Amino acid sequence: MRITAISSGLGQPSSTRLLADRLVSAVRARSRRPDAEAPQIDVVELREYAHDLLNAELTGFRTPALQELLDQVAGSDALIAVTPVFNAHPAAVFQLFFEVLDEGALAGTPVLLAATGGTARHSLVTDQALVPLFHYLHAVVAPVSVFAATSDWGDSTALEARIQLAVEAFSRLLGGPADEPAEPSDGAGPQLRAVADDLALTDDFEQMMRALGH
Amino acid sequence: MTKSTTASIEGVGAPGSSAAPEVTAEARLAAAPRVPVQLGVFTVSDVTPDPTNGVIPSEHQRLMNIVAVAEKAEEIGLDVFALGEHHNPPFVSSSPTTTLGYIAARTSRIILSTATTLITTNDPVKIAEDYSMLQHLSGGRVDLMMGRGNTGPVYPWFGRDIREGINLALENYDLLHRLWREDVVDWQGKFRTPLNGFTSIPRPLDDIPPFVWHGSIRSPQIAEQAAYYGDGFFHNNIFWPIDHTQRMIELYRTRFEHYGHGPASHAIVGLGGQFFMRRNSQDAVREFRPYFDNAPVYGHGPSMEEFTSGTPLTVGSPQQVLERTLGFRQKVGDYQRQLFLIDHAGLPIKTVLEQMDLLGEILPDLRAGLLEGRPADIPDAPTHASLLAASGAQPDDSYRFETGDNVTGLASRTA
Repeated sequence: MRITAISSGLGQPSSTRLLADRLVSAVRARSRRPDAEAPQIDVVELREYAHDLLNAELTGFRTPALQELLDQVAGSDALIAVTPVFNAHPAAVFQLFFEVLDEGALAGTPVLLAATGGTARHSLVTDQALVPLFHYLHAVVAPVSVFAATSDWGDSTALEARIQLAVEAFSRLLGGPADEPAEPSDGAGPQLRAVADDLALTDDFEQMMRALGH
Repeated sequence: MTKSTTASIEGVGAPGSSAAPEVTAEARLAAAPRVPVQLGVFTVSDVTPDPTNGVIPSEHQRLMNIVAVAEKAEEIGLDVFALGEHHNPPFVSSSPTTTLGYIAARTSRIILSTATTLITTNDPVKIAEDYSMLQHLSGGRVDLMMGRGNTGPVYPWFGRDIREGINLALENYDLLHRLWREDVVDWQGKFRTPLNGFTSIPRPLDDIPPFVWHGSIRSPQIAEQAAYYGDGFFHNNIFWPIDHTQRMIELYRTRFEHYGHGPASHAIVGLGGQFFMRRNSQDAVREFRPYFDNAPVYGHGPSMEEFTSGTPLTVGSPQQVLERTLGFRQKVGDYQRQLFLIDHAGLPIKTVLEQMDLLGEILPDLRAGLLEGRPADIPDAPTHASLLAASGAQPDDSYRFETGDNVTGLASRTA
């Protein structure tokens, strides 16, 4: 199982990256159970791709490095996506990445959403801005997301509980150890993602013409 | 090629000759040299300010500059000049056959093509008529590249909808294909009024329809369409990494073989490309940078260095352009047509013509390099003469319709 964790924090170090790392640790900890398969988890900082992403948005031109990242995400079995909140919206670089990503690349992919912000007043951004985006991309959004305000880092007991809850819900989508018997890992997700090849020919010439009534 | 044949062909193009002489099919056949890989230039006819001084050519200047590029293309020995079609500013070429007809009269050898002909918003009946006319007037020096057009607002001006782009391309071309091959067409479809007993005139020269290329950057359906008919497939190859081009060409080649037109290596492939060269590569980089940085499409985006390493754009010495271009066939296999975009982004006509002089200088090496190791069975680029020869038919241009006051109909042939 291959999971990509995307952090779009801008500072270095950033609390967004910190939250991404906490989520990754929690997913790893769960998978250390004897009956679980250890996932390969790669953490990506979108900041490093910011210029490439804007250029791709403007011109359609993708650098090899960006293309590799897009392929990696499209080829991942699951995604952890973490963004800071600016002015009640996810960071522009986060939004940009999912605009440049090929449509269909996340279809059927389980996604764990998380966000950071200055105050808890931003906490609905996951539900009101991120969920619609990932729903549109046909991702399978984990039912519990995590928001961490600055104050949460002072005493992170509550945050840690939320992380555990979210990772528990996310893990169920991965077909890993849960209360119910697990689905085989080659279940619905990978099948849905068969459409991710943007050059796949779905209809041959005669089928296309037949659809036109010829 | 005999001397007398050459003279008669040149006579067609000589400006001011009192009466354009008729040229026979035999002469067209005899006059055609064998060209395995056609080299040429294409223009999209953009009107773009020169970023170094703000000068914007008038529409008239731009159009006459395009004619100058076409004449220069013949002069330096290129095989193809292709002209775009647009119906919105900042472009100037809305009616390619007008311009190509004018160029045809001022040239004698070069093939006139399009980049692209909008198969979605044009009526296929009008395309059949216009290009058949041009084919006759130019002595068979015409082919076309079909494209869909990617400017959404243009479609409704012609009663179309961009969401139907692929379907329009499929249905319209299927009709066009018949109009050039069947004297009388009965047809009914989704997008156009039905045809009953329709004859598209004039019939193609020597009954050989103009060769058609289908251009597409990322639509597998168009590669499939080209493969189905055994037509050519052209990948513009200028804004995308060559790996992407390679995948599209592979798809087309595979499907070409699937439809029984021959092995995949015999599919008819064309590529785009773009360069800016000076004898000294540093001069090329310095001079082209402001044009790159402000160019429509890729300006204000990636750096020129990123773009030249990631796409086939080459900015450098003639030797670098030569080597880069000769590298394309390693990715897509031996191919039949290589066109370059050279007159865009506000480059002054003087600079463009200088680019063409340099292209003329590397042309012999380019031709030799493209043939190096090319297997003998790879088809040459299709031309009117090669298609005529391949058809094996004895050209017969005696008039085969009823004359006088009648409705269109096919008379029994007497010859």
